[in-house]
Amino acid sequence: MILTYGSWWIIWIFIQAWVLNNLALPWKEAFVDATISNLVLTLCAYATEITSRYYNPNKQRAWFRFVWGIGLAYVCAFSTELILAQIFADQPSFLLYLVKSGPLRFIYSFLMISFMAVISYLLRQMKEEEENKNRKNDAQNLLREAELTNLRQQIQPHFLFNSLNSISALVGTRPEEARKMIYQLSDFLRGTLKKDEQQLVSLNEELEHLKLYLEIEKVRFGHRLQSDIQCDEKSMHMKLPALLLQPIVENAIKFGLYDTIGDVVIKIDARSTNNSLNITIENPFDSDTSKPKHGTGFGLNSVQRRLYLLYARNDLLNTTTTNNIFITAVKIPQSL
Amino acid sequence: MIKAVIIDDEPLARGIIKEYLAHHTEIELMQECSDGFEGVKAIMQHQPDLIFLDIQMPKINGFEMLELLDPVPAVIFTTAFDEYAIKAFEAHAIDYLLKPFGKERFDKAVQKWTQQKSQNGADNNTATLIEKMPRQPEEQHRVVVKNGANIQIIPVQDIFYIEAYDDYVKIFTKDKYQLKKKTMSHFEEVLDPKEFLRVHRSFIVQLQQITKVEQSDKSTHIALLKNGAKVPLSRTGYSKLKEVLGV
Repeated sequence: MILTYGSWWIIWIFIQAWVLNNLALPWKEAFVDATISNLVLTLCAYATEITSRYYNPNKQRAWFRFVWGIGLAYVCAFSTELILAQIFADQPSFLLYLVKSGPLRFIYSFLMISFMAVISYLLRQMKEEEENKNRKNDAQNLLREAELTNLRQQIQPHFLFNSLNSISALVGTRPEEARKMIYQLSDFLRGTLKKDEQQLVSLNEELEHLKLYLEIEKVRFGHRLQSDIQCDEKSMHMKLPALLLQPIVENAIKFGLYDTIGDVVIKIDARSTNNSLNITIENPFDSDTSKPKHGTGFGLNSVQRRLYLLYARNDLLNTTTTNNIFITAVKIPQSL
Repeated sequence: MIKAVIIDDEPLARGIIKEYLAHHTEIELMQECSDGFEGVKAIMQHQPDLIFLDIQMPKINGFEMLELLDPVPAVIFTTAFDEYAIKAFEAHAIDYLLKPFGKERFDKAVQKWTQQKSQNGADNNTATLIEKMPRQPEEQHRVVVKNGANIQIIPVQDIFYIEAYDDYVKIFTKDKYQLKKKTMSHFEEVLDPKEFLRVHRSFIVQLQQITKVEQSDKSTHIALLKNGAKVPLSRTGYSKLKEVLGV
């Protein structure tokens, strides 16, 4: 900042000296004159800058700035002449030139000071805008984080209480299985609680978590519920946002189990491409009695919203139907 | 001997009720059912005094199943968590068991029912409960009807119009109708007002099935539907319809 400021004034010193020399002033006098004039201006401009930093007259008092500018320009021109008159006291021709150039000096000072004021005003404005933008960004990030956390905290009370009911039933007849289910439920809940929504996990890790969920649901619904998970080797190491698939599978199970009477197979299929991980989740439904447009409950809306917040894209989640199968497809970009 | 039926889609949930029931020698378990279809059949066959009923079940939920029954048996609801349902149960003094529940709580519910029965005779509050029950979201999209022993689910998109018929309504689909023991105001309340309009004291029509509105004589109008059916419009019905269609 100081450097720009300094070089700005040095350039002006040279310009002014050159102009004065062209106007038939010898080089020595021209340089001294230019240096003194611009040094005084620098001081004045600096003083203006400092005061305006602490005292910023509002728009209604713009005339005040104008008066201040004129006053300052007068002070500049006058003090420059005083100093130069002291230095070249022995040169009557120079003194005469000083008297003649008075008005010109005043105008030059005024223009220069005005220019500096405008520049410093614009700079301040820009800085303020920048700060505003940053503040806005910060606020938006906070909001986004809060929203993501909110979207995550969706453990269905139905699921929890029904699982506990199953455990309660097992305790009487098959205590070993009851114990196993308690461990599975605990691991599942722990996994849900500890995961950070912004965090990316490998598909492998996500599937381990999903398997716990599926195992618990299988105990609840008995032979009616089966699962089939297929993925290629490469996809297992690809990354996706933690707990993204959970609500989709939850939705598929609910949709499958409550829309049909028979056995329900939930198919999860993951394929890798060069720059994305493609996952499909399938469940059966009854096309005669339900129109799948009603099948996208809160579960899928929240997934859609999460994907949008994380990737700024709305085309990553799609649902289709073929015969009596409802398919949810998710695409996770990998270039992160 | 008291006859009972359990209806719940989760085998373990049925298991625990069965286990608790084993201590009540005065109650005989007639059948366990895993969905509402089986439930209706079992109830018609055994005429139980008491049923244990889950709410969230495949295809038709507990309330929809009860709607198909006449008379409605005494019910103890068993459910995991449903704020709205619980409020309605309490308002109508119907007992419910929140899963998971212990044996003492179960015994208390059975005892309460036995006492109520000895006081009120065969009366029970279930029928009023079904009338007043806040509807589950899935019920906005379908109507469940019973035709003899046949249970049918009609997606609301397939309904052309509904006509009042004494204590019943006739639900008209493309080429036939089904009877259901419900009031017109019930359907007016349940069906999406953007898609269904009550155009007459005795008629509710699905807007997108209307092809034409014409004058039948100098003061009355009728709506012509896609399947050729004609639905009369009352004067207010006609102006409501004009407003909705924006003409």
